[in-house]
Amino acid sequence: MLNTFVVYVENKPGVLNRVASLFRRRGFNIESLTVGHTEKSGISRMTIVTDTDAAGTYRVETNLYKLVNVISVENITATPSVCRELAMIKVAATGETRTQLMQLATVFRARVLDVATASLTIEITGTEDKIDGLLDVLRHYGIIEMVRTGRVAMARGGSGNGASVALPPPANLESDDGMVAFSV
Amino acid sequence: MKKTGAEILWECVSREGVTHVFGYPGGAILPAYDALGRFPGIRHILVRHEQGATHMADGYARASGRVGVAVATSGPGATNMVTGIATAMLDSSPIVCITGQVGSRLIGSDAFQEVDITGITLPITKHNYLVTRADEVAGVVAEAFMIARSGRPGPVLIDITKDAQQSSCEFDWDAIAPPTHPARPDRHAAPLEYHRALELINSAQRPLVLAGHGILLSGSFAQFRELVEKSSIPVALTLLGIGALPASHPLNLGMMGMHGEAWVNTAIQEADLLIALGMRFDDRVTGNLKTYAPTAKKIHVEIDPAEVNKNVPVDVALIGDLRTVLQELLPGIALGDRAEWLAHIAELKGEVAVRDIQNLPDNGHLYAAHVISDLWRETQGAAIVVTDVGQHQMWEAQYYKHDEPHSLITSGGLGTMGFALPAAIGAKFARPDEEVWVVAGDGGFQMTMSELATVAQEGLELKVAIINNGYLGMVRQWQEFFYDRRYHATPLVNPDFEKLAQAYGLHAMTVNHRSEVIPAVQAARSHRGTAVINFCVEQEDSVFPMVPAGASLHEMIRRPTALVETATDV
Repeated sequence: MLNTFVVYVENKPGVLNRVASLFRRRGFNIESLTVGHTEKSGISRMTIVTDTDAAGTYRVETNLYKLVNVISVENITATPSVCRELAMIKVAATGETRTQLMQLATVFRARVLDVATASLTIEITGTEDKIDGLLDVLRHYGIIEMVRTGRVAMARGGSGNGASVALPPPANLESDDGMVAFSV
Repeated sequence: MKKTGAEILWECVSREGVTHVFGYPGGAILPAYDALGRFPGIRHILVRHEQGATHMADGYARASGRVGVAVATSGPGATNMVTGIATAMLDSSPIVCITGQVGSRLIGSDAFQEVDITGITLPITKHNYLVTRADEVAGVVAEAFMIARSGRPGPVLIDITKDAQQSSCEFDWDAIAPPTHPARPDRHAAPLEYHRALELINSAQRPLVLAGHGILLSGSFAQFRELVEKSSIPVALTLLGIGALPASHPLNLGMMGMHGEAWVNTAIQEADLLIALGMRFDDRVTGNLKTYAPTAKKIHVEIDPAEVNKNVPVDVALIGDLRTVLQELLPGIALGDRAEWLAHIAELKGEVAVRDIQNLPDNGHLYAAHVISDLWRETQGAAIVVTDVGQHQMWEAQYYKHDEPHSLITSGGLGTMGFALPAAIGAKFARPDEEVWVVAGDGGFQMTMSELATVAQEGLELKVAIINNGYLGMVRQWQEFFYDRRYHATPLVNPDFEKLAQAYGLHAMTVNHRSEVIPAVQAARSHRGTAVINFCVEQEDSVFPMVPAGASLHEMIRRPTALVETATDV
């Protein structure tokens, strides 16, 4: 299943490489990775989405902590949180279809960024599902170009960054879904 | 006071307590070498290959418990270190490697002898640094040593550009902030976990302790011994755990795993509780994971959370420094008897003694096991033995009975051939008053034998036993067992090791018969200086028992009784 990690790292040269290299050599596939500044200078925040099971998420977390430049790791998959992605989509448009496309954008609460004679560029922010939904309806008009940022995520409410690190659930080795949990 | 980056480097290194560095100079590290001459407290040992320098630093670290230091220049000097760094990484050995780098303005231009060594060593170091300014040197060195020796130890590399070594800046040691790790979540085991662990230990009928390298690294011998003696729980050791409990201790069963004795592996498979202390369930130890210790609950005491549940799912994990965890556990450990279980294990030994090559009458054949066993008897088990990798390594683990911690130094995780000689040089510098033996095969010895020149130049006293069977023995054994005896690329045409050692000005002997083993060992020990013995042993001998790769731990290839018959026939 897809897991979302929020990782705070020191903003130093090569840190992104260290994190990416860790995922590669331990055999984890990165679905998406975003990185940017935080409210604190010298500290960057990564949102990493990876497809793995419960045992895998524990390994990702513990191995990330072995990187000296990693400050905190939080698996927010099971935490109530907001996840957003931004996409810009350039779609083919004719005089006939332009109005339809603009109406579709309104329905999806997307914005039209640029209008040209043969195309229209739409910006949409939302969950991956919502963006996928827009893409589905746009596809048949002809998508010329697209860029997606990948997921950024933040836990709802609470005390802010790095509050607590989600440890694997205690005891019970065999959980209901047959997956191995940890007593750490 | 103004100092150059090179001066700051050695000033900080010596303040870390370093007295020996193993290295090889070159263009990009020359400013550092020039400054090194002004630090008489640091002895530089000139090696013959940078891989040797890293193994020496590693051997030094394992023998002393202090951080070992290796130095090399940029480019090929740095890449030659890679095998030694990976060896230290896999065996959690604290070393700091210092490499020169081309000038900071040349980085990225494919300059002469430029290589991205921080990129190359990223996955095989605990951490590494590229230093481009003199004022960064002090902080980086302090942090590097702290990282190398703290937690689960390991290698750290510092790559310093030539201009960072040459330029000057203000240096005030007192003003340098002590290095800190970024905050880490508290990973120490909760009281509840201790409670559960104690319940399992105190109620177990057939418990077994699996003792690993962590006991040596944490220096928790006393606590460990108290725990097993109080509870009467027998102990199986990993290769790197050898020495954690004296071989002569009645609760010490010996080594487990691929070449562990049959009764040890059988005991693991029959146990109802495994208490893993500072070991990581490596595949050479577990065999097939699906059938590993099927009836046992498992407790894992480990400093590195990433090792928990990696290979074997455990019931209780106690994360933390082994010494601290054992101290917490000890008061709750109930006095145990476990006579029944111990008697059963004694029974499992059964006819093993009959199959043991040690019990063969002397029939003129020279077996490697004889050599190791005689070496053990002659040295009263008191030497530091540094082995290479292969058959001789396993025979050493089986037949040299180590009673002291840190008395066996060997490459376990990476299995690096060529490790023995340079690591022994490092060990001898760390503990100069002790007798240090190299036990190496004819294959691995030739990978780093150029370090004999280092031995000669430094006037070092080592004893070297080459177990020479004219084959890459362990590979030949696999070819015999699993590839229908097709001995491709394993027979070796060797130099005359006796003459070779003599060419370096070292004392040397060749032994072909068992009756000559003890006299040769005695002669080597009484010789004041390095002595090399070339033991020409049985060519097609194999290490038994053996768990084939991927097989279950109880599916061992036992010592053939046929071997006993053949040998006694002569």
